[in-house]
Amino acid sequence: MNNGSIDQSVFNELQEATGSDFIKELVETFLEEVPRIFAELRNAISTGDEDQFRRGAHSIKSNAQTFGLVLLAEQARKMEMAGLGADMDASNAQISALDDEFQRTATALKGMLNG
Amino acid sequence: MAESFARLLIVDDNKVNRLLLTRNVELLGYDASVAENGRIAMNLLNDEAFDLLLLDIEMPEMDGFQVLEAIKLIPSLRDIPVIVTSSVEGIHNIVRCIELGADDYLPKPVNQVLLRARLISSLEKKRLRDEQKMLLRRFATNEVAQDLQESGFALGGKRVNVTVLFCDIRGFTSLSESQSPEETIELLNDYYSLMFEAIESHSGIVTMMIGDGLMALFGAPQPLEDSAGSAVTAAQEMLSLIDQFNTDRISMKKPAIKIGIGIASGEVVAGYAGTQDRATYTCIGDKVNLAARLEAHTKIANCSILIDEATRDALADQIKAKAIGHVPLKGISEPVAVFSVPRV
Repeated sequence: MNNGSIDQSVFNELQEATGSDFIKELVETFLEEVPRIFAELRNAISTGDEDQFRRGAHSIKSNAQTFGLVLLAEQARKMEMAGLGADMDASNAQISALDDEFQRTATALKGMLNG
Repeated sequence: MAESFARLLIVDDNKVNRLLLTRNVELLGYDASVAENGRIAMNLLNDEAFDLLLLDIEMPEMDGFQVLEAIKLIPSLRDIPVIVTSSVEGIHNIVRCIELGADDYLPKPVNQVLLRARLISSLEKKRLRDEQKMLLRRFATNEVAQDLQESGFALGGKRVNVTVLFCDIRGFTSLSESQSPEETIELLNDYYSLMFEAIESHSGIVTMMIGDGLMALFGAPQPLEDSAGSAVTAAQEMLSLIDQFNTDRISMKKPAIKIGIGIASGEVVAGYAGTQDRATYTCIGDKVNLAARLEAHTKIANCSILIDEATRDALADQIKAKAIGHVPLKGISEPVAVFSVPRV
């Protein structure tokens, strides 16, 4: 399942420090919350809300770092740093790419929890 | 596992972060509440007591910077330790947190070992600060403690308009000769408790205690709207408390005590006098001398409360002061117009 986008040691450390029951709850919360953040990001693009865009990207980055989701964190970090550009199509393309990476890691995370 | 019980407030807009931080601090044995943004956190802080704040920066409605700014303006919250936990980009943001008064900064994801160390250290600092505040309050009045906390300590004074009150026990020396030192201490403690009660309930502060004598200030360090009225009402209350105290003493076959009170109003220089190591809040000026002389004169005039003209002029109509004429007082060149205030 590990395609290099997850830093297994970060995840394992978190699991060890907080317990396997807890990490299950935490991952489930993450998987529930992220679609809501994506909705906010898309809303930020359509309304041109720079703060909301930066906060959304920041939130995904922060959680991705927590679980050791390296690629997702890096992509979100770039978006946070660059901010909302004038080109709406480019921004939407970034979101789609981020969403793709999220879907991949979500499957991987679920696998790790069950495995 | 925690060194001591403490209540933490976790402020973070991200649900995963809130869950994880709560888990982290609960594993360390602390109690945690959560707030989803700065505004909710401020409401909680106003309603409940917390020992420490774990604060995120990026938040909707009210962010971490705004929370740091807001709590600095509220005296009761100013000393609460704040540890910023964030994955905010840019060192300037971290510097800004520290400049705004944050105790520490922990990058997210938060390392459990570091978190434990920072929490213990910040909570210990808070415990020491709280202890200092308690000590300060025991040896100084609330007003002086508050003044010190707000303006810091500096020797030197400023000119303020105040009312000064002196009080002592008549015939205290012969009284203390007729009883054991233990009984005298007990009497003094009771007497001071009653006098402090009357003075402080009218926003005065006791600045000096010597033997059976005390000096109180009304209108400094915090200004009072009616310092003369407060001082005179406090004096009347002091007398009625002593009356009640005497009823108890007589029932225990102990002699009744009598007090005399002198009050004067006007400009004095008030501030901290002493050395850098040991100083006291006090005030200096003619009016201080005058109040002390008026107090001494109560024995001669056989009145319980004597006040000067400035105090009389500032009194509201419901307090009737009786003129007893111009009286020569020691250390004051001209005879002084003196007024007697009746008991309630």
